[in-house]
Amino acid sequence: MVPLSWYLGLSALLFTIGAVGVFIKRNAITIFLCIELMLNAVNLSFVSLSGFFGDVGGQLFVFIVMTVAAAEAAVGLAIIISIFRNRESLNVDEVDSLKL
Amino acid sequence: MEFHNEPLLAFIVLAPLVGAAILGLIGKNLGERLIGVIACSTVAVSALLSIYVFINHRVQLEQGHKFYNYLFTWIRVGSFRADTSLLLDSLSAIYILFITFVAFWIHVFATGYMRGDPGYWRFFAYMNLFMFSMLTLVLGDNFLMMFVGWEGVGLCSYLLIGYYFTKDFANDAAKKAFIVNRIGDFGFVLGVMLLFLQAGSIFYFDDPARGIHGAFNWVLSQHADPLNMSAIFSGGITTIGVLLFVGATGKSAQLPLYVWLPDAMAGPTPVSALIHAATMVTAGVYMVARASSIYTHAPAAMVIIAFIGAATALFAATIGLAQWDIKKVLAYSTISQLGYMFLACGVGAFGAGIFHVFTHAFFKALLFLGAGSVIIGMHHEQDMRRMGGLKKYMRVTCLTMLAGWLAISGFPLFSGFFSKDEILFRTFTSPVLPAPWSKILWFVAAVTALLTAIYMTRLIVLTFWGGERFKEAGAAHSSGHPAEGDAHSVTPHESPAAMVLPLVVLAAGAVLVGFLGIPDVLSFGKTSNYFEHLIAPSVHEASGHMNEGHSGGIELEDQHGVELSLMLTSTVVALVGLGLGWFWFKRNPLWKPPRLLEDKYYVDELYDGTVVQPIKAGSTNVLWKFIDVRIIDGAVNGAGQIASLFGTSLRYVQSGLARSYVAVLVLGALLIIGYFVIR
Repeated sequence: MVPLSWYLGLSALLFTIGAVGVFIKRNAITIFLCIELMLNAVNLSFVSLSGFFGDVGGQLFVFIVMTVAAAEAAVGLAIIISIFRNRESLNVDEVDSLKL
Repeated sequence: MEFHNEPLLAFIVLAPLVGAAILGLIGKNLGERLIGVIACSTVAVSALLSIYVFINHRVQLEQGHKFYNYLFTWIRVGSFRADTSLLLDSLSAIYILFITFVAFWIHVFATGYMRGDPGYWRFFAYMNLFMFSMLTLVLGDNFLMMFVGWEGVGLCSYLLIGYYFTKDFANDAAKKAFIVNRIGDFGFVLGVMLLFLQAGSIFYFDDPARGIHGAFNWVLSQHADPLNMSAIFSGGITTIGVLLFVGATGKSAQLPLYVWLPDAMAGPTPVSALIHAATMVTAGVYMVARASSIYTHAPAAMVIIAFIGAATALFAATIGLAQWDIKKVLAYSTISQLGYMFLACGVGAFGAGIFHVFTHAFFKALLFLGAGSVIIGMHHEQDMRRMGGLKKYMRVTCLTMLAGWLAISGFPLFSGFFSKDEILFRTFTSPVLPAPWSKILWFVAAVTALLTAIYMTRLIVLTFWGGERFKEAGAAHSSGHPAEGDAHSVTPHESPAAMVLPLVVLAAGAVLVGFLGIPDVLSFGKTSNYFEHLIAPSVHEASGHMNEGHSGGIELEDQHGVELSLMLTSTVVALVGLGLGWFWFKRNPLWKPPRLLEDKYYVDELYDGTVVQPIKAGSTNVLWKFIDVRIIDGAVNGAGQIASLFGTSLRYVQSGLARSYVAVLVLGALLIIGYFVIR
């Protein structure tokens, strides 16, 4: 039996990797993948805590997160495609026409 | 005092409202003939109902019975109560009789006078609305109902003075009338409020059926105020009386608020006849007579009324002597006659005042309608300098106006003779005024009577006698006059039957109605003064002991002697005035009056300098350029500037770099987590 702390540790590790990825990467798709990583890190902690407490609520929440993540992926990829069509580039630092 | 129910009163009031509603809503699509029929018939319904009600209840009215028509309770807050209910007593009965009668014939006249006017339906809608308001004013059984009618007639007066709304002078006159009346109304409202505060009721009389206690009963239970100036500011009955009279000076064009009435002649002539001569302007007299029990308890207020009335009568008569516009002469004459009515009220002879209102309604409406007929006959010419010799062309108009002329001049046995004489006599023997003043005011009134005879003779001579000046006037004067059509082709013509018939009816009235109030002394006691007999139960005449040590001891025989000699005096005065005017103006029709009179004592200029311009300057420099521009606009613009200041500084947060947003996001999340961890 793997103790709960390992799951949570792994979850924290994955989340940090995702967060740092969002921070330092410039490619929009990479950033997008990092966001997915963070979401799934949270999902992992939800599922493990749900098993630990014997409460299905956590698992239900994971389904909702997955649904939202799927919708977000659809919208996000569509935006990325249209950015690429407009600018021939996926570098988010160049997508800054909303600034002053 | 007994109370009855009379459900017909509501129909008298509402009939003209129905007409106004029909004409106002769909009148635009109706033909002139139908509009005329609707307008006249609704007033005719009121007139016939008034006559029917009066005949039905004549004996009871003479005994002072009152007839209520309770419709519904309008306002009930705490101890304040105002009902929409109507009251008929002999005072309001007299008023509705002559109002509806004269108004009917003026409506008939107007169907001819306004022929071809594009606003025909609008005119009659306003006229009917006016009738509704006027009847509400007269028939209401409390001061709030009176005020509703009071404002209603003010509104209709405004609408009808400004009837030719494309003309600047008509709009200006309408606004002037409205604003000047507002000043008076302010006093009226304050008076009613103070009355409620003191008496706890705004109803005139009791009504046991509704459990109402009248304000006048409270007044009668009080001691009369002393006759001194401090009573005016004491907040008691005298203050109420003075405040109410301020309202009357506005509506009835007395000094110092008379200035709107001459300008009101900008409206169509039937309007001048109906509103600004016969009915609305006498509303102030009605109100003072209605509140007679207040005034008999407020001798100081009565003295003020008497003096203002006499001063106005003389003042306006001198101006009337020097006007060239035929309607302006009549306007100043109206102001002067209204002064007579207030003089009568002020000396305690409310009945005599109302009698003069009654006779004046006939002869002044007649004179105005005659003037209207002349104006139409002369193709919209109002300047008497360009008239003359019209008796040949307008026979009936001339004859009927002669009746009005003799009546207003106080020619013996014409209606004005009886009413004016009554006022002069009652002024002379007034129990209210301090000793020498009653004689002085009588003298002022007698001089006014002389002037009245002179300026009315001038009007008649300049219009109907002398050379036919309109022929030579020609193009020289035609420019600058508001009327359309050129003066070259003027040939005066008699007016159509719809205009002539009312003249004849009103002329008969002007000659005959005076006989309703023959003084006892003339008939040697065989018939009593019927008018006095009828009105007596409704008004509270001043009694002899109001002012101790004066006129209390005069015997009836002496009174009759005084009355007869005064009557003789005023007859002589009238004849002298008529003769003077006749011979002088026959010879010098274009006699140039003193500038001071022709320019109306520069009162308009005085008001303009002392009131209008300072208000304008204050409004421009303080209210507009400081309060509006600086404070109000400043606050609004300041709010906008603050918002944009925030926006400018917050713009720098928006870098456009997605990763900097993430940095902020993570930093924020870390801060929140950190807060919970540390805590």
